[in-house]
Amino acid sequence: MSLAEDAARAGLHKVGGRPPLGHYLSDVWRRREFVYSLARFRIEAENGRNRLGMGWVVLKPLINAGVYGTIFGILLGSNARPAHFVEFLIIGVFMFEFFSTCFTTGSKSITSNAALVQSLSFPRMALPLALVTQRLLQFVPMVVIMLVIVTAFGTVPKPAWLLLVPLVVLFTVFNAGLTLITARLTVHFRDLTQLLPFISRFFFYTSGVFFSVEKRFQEHPTVLKIADFQPIHEFMSLGRGLLLDGTYYAVKAEYWLYSGVWAVGTLIIGVLFFWAAEERYGRTD
Amino acid sequence: MAAPTDRKPVVIADDVHVEYRVLATGKRATAADSARKILQRSRKTRTVHALKGVSFTAYENDSIGVIGSNGSGKSTLMRAIVGLTPTSQGSIYAASRPSMLGVGAALIKDLSGERNVILGGLALGLTLEEIHEKYDEIVEFAGLRKFIELPMRTYSSGMTARLKFAIATARQHEILIVDEALAVGDKTFRDRSEAKIREIRDNAGTVFLVSHSMRSIADTCNRVLWINQGDLMMDGPTDEVIAAYEAS
Repeated sequence: MSLAEDAARAGLHKVGGRPPLGHYLSDVWRRREFVYSLARFRIEAENGRNRLGMGWVVLKPLINAGVYGTIFGILLGSNARPAHFVEFLIIGVFMFEFFSTCFTTGSKSITSNAALVQSLSFPRMALPLALVTQRLLQFVPMVVIMLVIVTAFGTVPKPAWLLLVPLVVLFTVFNAGLTLITARLTVHFRDLTQLLPFISRFFFYTSGVFFSVEKRFQEHPTVLKIADFQPIHEFMSLGRGLLLDGTYYAVKAEYWLYSGVWAVGTLIIGVLFFWAAEERYGRTD
Repeated sequence: MAAPTDRKPVVIADDVHVEYRVLATGKRATAADSARKILQRSRKTRTVHALKGVSFTAYENDSIGVIGSNGSGKSTLMRAIVGLTPTSQGSIYAASRPSMLGVGAALIKDLSGERNVILGGLALGLTLEEIHEKYDEIVEFAGLRKFIELPMRTYSSGMTARLKFAIATARQHEILIVDEALAVGDKTFRDRSEAKIREIRDNAGTVFLVSHSMRSIADTCNRVLWINQGDLMMDGPTDEVIAAYEAS
């Protein structure tokens, strides 16, 4: 009798095979405390040695916004600048920061944790998810600062602000899906880590972070049409629309639909794509 | 091998081959390297045949020593059993997912020992509740009560190793693989950790112990696998295999 038959008779399972998707996802769910603690402790470790600690989570994007605001505010002139420019810029920079940190650091979540992947067995999806959780935890105080600034510049808080919650959920889902995709791609092509910052910067300059796409391209309907379907632009427009008053900031209802489709679609593709290479991640070649 | 048929097999290795592709320079390709050498890369890789058809059956309550010279494929075999290194040919079957004794990679050195106990426990698959239950036991075993609030980067290497061992052994393992872990810490701690390994074996079932110390293998194992250059040279009772290995 062969060994394989022995194994089958004794009810042993093959080691190292990829579990079916359902099993895999419930494994991931069982590890949610690990994901959350890893995210929280990493933030703590990151800030522990700085004197201002957690303060930097908020300070960095604020300084960022200040720099972009001064430079592009002067360079671009007033025709691309909508009303409430300061709030416009802060919301844009903060939201973009959430996206870009997920996108660029998330891509390394498997490759930079090689030792961990090779020594312990847990569903690898925990790592990119922990990274997105970490960025989300850093984004929440930024949202609070955003609200404070918007209020300080004279916008009265309104019930519509509550819709920020589903918006942040959708945005996080979108970022998680994207991170899963880039995390796997980076395992196959390390060189991608060199390239991603440029892709991220491309989105930074084209999504209307510091200028109004609608104002700048009002005579180019094709550009506006493309912008309608660009997810990051959609998320930012929704964020600004919810927080700010004025005709320019009217919320486009169809953006909820589009961004929802983007978020869910990206997550589904990301999960399937990441799971399909599960047994590949620990390998050293 | 005349295996008693009444014992339940828990791990079966069926003609396991493992091949590695490595860069001929011996270095792992870093991102910068692969960007520069992208064209030559395929020509410069070499295949290393780390395991050449290893078969054995491990039974419940076996504790199996794995011996062999450096680079013989011991660690590769263990990693294949855990499922971290894929087999290029043949398969490994197990009753439950085997785990490697080790948690070091999950810890963050800028965090306190306390945080690391939690993080390490979660990484091993314990729940927060189980960790809180075992917390005192872990800290006591590591002998770090006074330092547990300090960041791990301030610990000495012995203290770090003790903490890692204490966390790693807090979990119940059905199939456990210990790779040279007994060499950590001072004499007192080594004795305590050997006792702990024996306790795990008594509770759990099957332990694989990779070591160069014939003494600790003889103390803990009832059976030994001798691996040489990827081949299984011998598989049998501890004293016989050790005698043959030392004669070679």
